[in-house]
Amino acid sequence: MSQTATSAQRRKRFKPPLWVYKLASPAYFDHLAGRIIPWLLFPGLVLLSIGLVWGLAFAPADYQQGDSFRIIYVHVPTAALSMAIYMAMAITAAISLIWRMRLAAIISRNCAPIGAACTFLALATGSLWGKPMWGTWWVWDARLTSELILLFLYLGYMALHDAFEDPEVGSRAASILALVGVINIPIIHYSVEWWHTLHQGATLFKFAKPSIDPSMLWPLLVMLLAFALLSAANVLMRSRNDVLERRLQPDDD
Amino acid sequence: MTSARRRRLFMVMSVVFASGVAVALTTYALRQHINLFFAPSQVLAGEAPVDRVIRVGGLVVPGSISRDQETLQVSFEIADNIAAIRVSYSGILPDLFREGQGIVARGTLGPDYHIQAQEVLARHDEEYMPPEVADALKRTSMAHDGY
Repeated sequence: MSQTATSAQRRKRFKPPLWVYKLASPAYFDHLAGRIIPWLLFPGLVLLSIGLVWGLAFAPADYQQGDSFRIIYVHVPTAALSMAIYMAMAITAAISLIWRMRLAAIISRNCAPIGAACTFLALATGSLWGKPMWGTWWVWDARLTSELILLFLYLGYMALHDAFEDPEVGSRAASILALVGVINIPIIHYSVEWWHTLHQGATLFKFAKPSIDPSMLWPLLVMLLAFALLSAANVLMRSRNDVLERRLQPDDD
Repeated sequence: MTSARRRRLFMVMSVVFASGVAVALTTYALRQHINLFFAPSQVLAGEAPVDRVIRVGGLVVPGSISRDQETLQVSFEIADNIAAIRVSYSGILPDLFREGQGIVARGTLGPDYHIQAQEVLARHDEEYMPPEVADALKRTSMAHDGY
């Protein structure tokens, strides 16, 4: 008897802070996104132009690969973001499943095309680099295969999301797929350590000094930040659009 | 948290956990098949199938490359820290092929642990540096060797 009382009290005490509820309101999100987007978009564009010129024209050529290494300035940021955006998509999918928060579902859905584009770019640039460096466009090693599975997860998520008459059902089904696919993210990252792969190990994302000269590292970090800011801006712009579209439909909700 | 939300949170965590366990068991069962190549020591230990197409990866042993002057025929040894095996190949090698470079050869393993390769791919390491830095590193390591 007393036990149920305390658990009821504990349940009562746990309440999300007010800003969580505010964030869930479409009007507040519209206002907030409108304020945030310029701060992501313009620094992102400036950093992208700086990073591109720095990386492609001013960074020194590699001792072994020559100028071919410069594809790293697109390959590494898109590959890193393909995984980061997937995590954002899965976390917002979980929030939408647990708390039935429509805004989280909208953001989750809008992560998918941006993440798919990053995954495609990572695969395409890697392939372009692979031909002159490795001697092949494609090889079925663990890193390349798991990244290709990531692309299929994104495409499958989008297809499943839009495959139902009732958008609510589609959103729930796709969210579950996004959660199942989370396991692929550590596999992509650690594939080069767990198995013998043709793809090299991590240069940047490891618990050690990056194995890249600082003169080549700085433009890479600039590009990474630029891609992150632009992706976030893009997801927010798309989500804002969806929120507005839903508010225009009076029979919805 | 309401009990409905708590139940859904539990469901979400179960989905992630269950798919994680399923994938972990699958990849554990397939671990050797997920490896792109065998190491030379694995081949010499008899882990690689004979008379079938396999991939073997290792570093090109310095001084082991012998080229035919008339044709594209080339032969070299690749090694890990433990063992070395000889590879024969006829064709154009990738640009990164050189002594000490990691490579992956696809071909048939003969009974004498000799690989007749159909394809040779270069493996690149994760080091990136400008030529001047590479030269400087080389000079310092040579200076150390001299002592």
